[in-house]
Amino acid sequence: MRLAGSARVRAMWLAASVAVTLAPHVNTLPTWLSGFAALMLLWLCWIVLHGLRLPPRWLMLVVVGGAVAGVLLTFHSPLGKDPGVALLTAFLALKLLETRAPRDGYVVVLLCYFMQLAQFFANQSIATAGLTLLGTVVTMATLITLNSERLGTTERLRLSGLMLAQAVPFMLVLFVLFPRVDKPLWGLPSDAFGGSTGLSDSMTPGSISDLTLSGAIAFRVRFDGFTPAAAQRYWRGPVMNDFDGRTWRVASARMLAKVPYQVSGPRTSYELTLEPHNRPWLFALEMPGGTPDNATLMSDYQLVSRTPVRNRLRYMLSAHTAVRPGRSEDAAILEAALQLPPDFNPRTRELAQSLRSENADGAALIAAALRHFSLSKFTYTLSPPLLGRDSVDEFLFDTRRGFCEHFASSFVFLMRAAGMPARVVTGYQGGEINPVDDYLEVRQSDAHAWAEVWVANQGWLRADPTATVAPSRVQGGLAMAVPEGEPLPLALRPAFSWVREIRYRLDAVNNGWNQWILGYNPQRQKELLERLGMQSPDWHTMTIAMSVLCGLIMLALAGWALAQRGRLDPLQRAWERLSQKLAPAGLARKAWEGPLDYAERVGLARPELAAAVREIARDYCGLRYGAGQPAAPDKAARQLVSRINRLHP
Amino acid sequence: MTLPTISRTIEQASRIILGKQAQIRLCLACLLAQGHLLIEDLPGVGKTTLAHVLAKLLGLQFQRIQFTSDMLPADIIGVSVFDRDSGSFRFHPGPVFAQLILADEVNRATPKAQSALLEAMEEQQVTAEGATHALPDPFFVIATQNPSYQIGTFPLPESQLDRFLMRIELGYPDRAAERALLQGESRRDMIAILEPTLTAGDLRELQRAAGAIHAADALFDYIQALVEHTRTSGLFASGLSPRAALALLAAARAWALIAGRDAVLPEDVQAVLPSVAGHRLKPAGESGGATRLMRSLIEAVALP
Repeated sequence: MRLAGSARVRAMWLAASVAVTLAPHVNTLPTWLSGFAALMLLWLCWIVLHGLRLPPRWLMLVVVGGAVAGVLLTFHSPLGKDPGVALLTAFLALKLLETRAPRDGYVVVLLCYFMQLAQFFANQSIATAGLTLLGTVVTMATLITLNSERLGTTERLRLSGLMLAQAVPFMLVLFVLFPRVDKPLWGLPSDAFGGSTGLSDSMTPGSISDLTLSGAIAFRVRFDGFTPAAAQRYWRGPVMNDFDGRTWRVASARMLAKVPYQVSGPRTSYELTLEPHNRPWLFALEMPGGTPDNATLMSDYQLVSRTPVRNRLRYMLSAHTAVRPGRSEDAAILEAALQLPPDFNPRTRELAQSLRSENADGAALIAAALRHFSLSKFTYTLSPPLLGRDSVDEFLFDTRRGFCEHFASSFVFLMRAAGMPARVVTGYQGGEINPVDDYLEVRQSDAHAWAEVWVANQGWLRADPTATVAPSRVQGGLAMAVPEGEPLPLALRPAFSWVREIRYRLDAVNNGWNQWILGYNPQRQKELLERLGMQSPDWHTMTIAMSVLCGLIMLALAGWALAQRGRLDPLQRAWERLSQKLAPAGLARKAWEGPLDYAERVGLARPELAAAVREIARDYCGLRYGAGQPAAPDKAARQLVSRINRLHP
Repeated sequence: MTLPTISRTIEQASRIILGKQAQIRLCLACLLAQGHLLIEDLPGVGKTTLAHVLAKLLGLQFQRIQFTSDMLPADIIGVSVFDRDSGSFRFHPGPVFAQLILADEVNRATPKAQSALLEAMEEQQVTAEGATHALPDPFFVIATQNPSYQIGTFPLPESQLDRFLMRIELGYPDRAAERALLQGESRRDMIAILEPTLTAGDLRELQRAAGAIHAADALFDYIQALVEHTRTSGLFASGLSPRAALALLAAARAWALIAGRDAVLPEDVQAVLPSVAGHRLKPAGESGGATRLMRSLIEAVALP
C-alpha cells in the first residue's frame, strides 16, 4: 500500500507522537534500542517523503523477531519493568511501519499514552511531567488528525491543548479528592530503585569525599521551632563501631523500646523530607526526642526504619541539641567502643599513651587531642594522597591532608588507643536555608563524619576534629572549607552565585512539587481537606464531594461552551473589535447593520477613515461571506485584527 | 458580459422611468431570480411603462393582458376551435403565450380568471381541453394591482400572492423627476426607439449566474434568523414559509449579481427583503405601513 494524501499526513502525525513519547525514555532505554526506534522513525519518514510502499509483512516479522531477541539478550528476561518498557518501545516503533487501517493508528495512539505513563516509573520530576504533557498534547492532536482532515497543524495542536485544558479542572478535583492509599496500588519490581546515592554502612577513606561531589538533595527540613546554628546542625546517620585498620563498619545494635535519655534543654521540632536512598536509616538532628512511626531508635542512638527508604519519606521529630546521651551506658557497648585491630598504627598508639599520661580527666584528654589536631597544620582537602597500611599513622604524621572521614577515623583511633570508648558517626552536617521557601536543604555534599567519645558521668560527647582543623566547614559548608581550585559541584563554587540563586529557586519549586504533588499522601490529603473545611474526611465524603464537583465543572464547561457558541469565531471577534473601537465616536455598529452599510456610514461621518474602514469591511465580507474560504482563517482574522488595531479613530 | 450589460440595462431603463432606479433594480433582480413581479400602485404612475421598457430592453416577446371583471380563463390561456378542414379542434394560444406578460390590474378580474394566470405562472405550462402546452422560456409575469381599497377589486388571496417573488410599489415621482417627465418627450416614442441590451440567451445566462452566486453559512444563518423571527416574534399573523425563504435567497443572489458581487451579503438580503416578504406577511395587530413593518423586521434581527 502506497501512502498518499491524508494517509501521509496521518503517518507523519503518528511518527511525531511516537518521537515525542519515546524521547524522554532515551535516558533509561538501552542505547541500541533508542537507535533502533530512531531508525524505524527515519524509515517511516523516508517512506512517507518518497511515497513508497510500507514494508512487506515478512520483513516486519524478521525485524520484530530481531527486536524481541535483542530485548531478551539485554535483559535476560521478558518480565519486569525495564524489559517491559523496552519491549513496548520496540513494538511501538515497529507498529508505525504497519499502520494500514485507521485501527492501527488508534493502537499506536493508545500505546503512546501508555508509554507516556511508563515514563513515571523512571522519574517523577517536574521536567518529566512537562515532557509527558507535551507528548500528550501531540498524541491528542494525532487522535484529532485521525478523526478529521479538516484542520491545519496549529489548529490541531490548539484544539488538543484546549481539550486538555478543559480536562484540568477534573484532574485537580480528582487529584485532591480521590481517596489516597498509603501504599502504591501495585508493587514495583525490585529493580525500581537502582542508582540512589547516600551514605553507606561502611566508611573507607574516600567514600564520603566521593559523595560530597554530588549536589543532589539528601533531605529537606522545615523547622517549627528555632533553627539551630549551622555549627549545631549534626544530622546523625549510621554509627560506625568496627574498624579493621582501613574500613569502619556499622556494628549490630539493639533496638530500644523508648528514648533512653532524659530530654532537657533547648528543644526544636522539625519536619524532615527524606529523599529515597534505599537504606533503612533515617537522619535526625542530634539528639532526637522521639521516634517517627515505623522507626526505632537503636542502642547507638541511630534512627532506623523498618523498611528501606524507597519512597520520599516525611517525618516529624523533635531535637534536643544539648542532650548528652549514655551517662549510664552498657558495659558491652563501651567495651566494643574500645576495640582496635592489633599491630596497626604504632605511632598513633604512642601519641595516645603520651596524651593519656598527661591528661587523667577524660574531657581534658579530648581537648588535648583536639588541640593536637589544630596545632599540627592539617589541610582539609577533597583530594588527599593515598594512604598505606598504617593509614592513621600516615595521615597523622606524614601526609596531614585529608577529608572529614580521615579526621574522624584517626581521632577515634587515637581516643580508643588512649583508652577512651569512641566511635565514628556519619551523617550530614550543616545544610543551607533556601531563602525562597525557607526550607533547609541538606545535600550529599554536606555528608560528614565526626567522632563521639564516652566520658564517665558525662555520657557520649561529640568531638569533631574537622571543626578544629577547618572551622569554616561546619560553619559555612564545604565550599568555604575546601581550598581554591579543588573540584566542587558547580553550584557550590562561590564564583557562581547566580547559579546558586537559580538553584535556590529551582529547588524551592522542586520541593513544592515533592511536598504537595508527589508527597500528597493520605495524611496530607486529610490536612488539606480539613483546612478546606471538611470535617473528618473519609473516602465516603470524598467520593461524594468528587462527584458533585465534577458535575459542577461539567455544568460550568457546558454553560461556557453554550455562551461561546457562535462567538468563538476569531473573525467575528475581529469585526466586533472595529465596532468597539468606533463606539466612543458614536459609530458603534448596529446589530443588524451589514458590513458594507456600516462602513458607508462610518465613511460619511468620518471621511478620513472612510478608505481604511471600507477596505476592512470589504475584506471582512470576503472572509465571512465570500466563496473561497481562506486556507488559514485564523491568520486572515489576525491580519484583520492588526489592521483594525492600527486604526486610530 | 454580466456587469456592463446589467448596468447598461438599468441606465437605459432609468432614462425613461425617471427617479425609480431602485425599483428598476428590484424588477431586474426579480427577473434574474426567475420570479414573477407584482407591482401595486395607483393607476398612472408608470407600471405599464416599466413593463414595456423591460420587455424592450431584454429583447423579450411582450404581451399585455388587461384584466376585467368579466374575463374568462380562456381569454388568457386560449381556446380550441373546431377546424372544419382538418375535422378536429385546434388550439389557439391566448395572450399568455409570450415571454413577458404584463397582467394589468390583475385584481379587477374574478378569482377564476386570476387563477388561470397564476397556475400558468406556477407550472410554466397551460392545459386546455386535455392538451398541455408549454409556455415560452424565459417566462416572466409582471402583474399590476390597484390598491385593494379601490372599488371593484378582488384582492388576491395569500396563497396566490405567494406565487409572486416580489411585490413592489412605484410611488409618485419626486419633484425633479416629474419636472423632467413633463418637459421631456413622449415616453411612448422613447420606448419605440429603445434598443435591446440583452438577448433571451443572455438573460438565461445571467439567471444561471445569479443562481451560482455564493451564499456562505453565515448568510444562511442570517436568512434563517430572519425567517425565524417572523414566525416567533408575534409581530405577524403567520411567519414566512420555506418557499419564502427560498425566494429571499434567490432574490438576494440576483441582487448581489446586479451589485457586481460574487457572494451574497446581508445587505443584499436586506435590500430585497421588503419586496420579497412584504406581500407574504400580514401584521398581527394594527401597525404602520408595510415599509415600516419590514424596516422593524430588519432592525429586530442581529447579524449572526
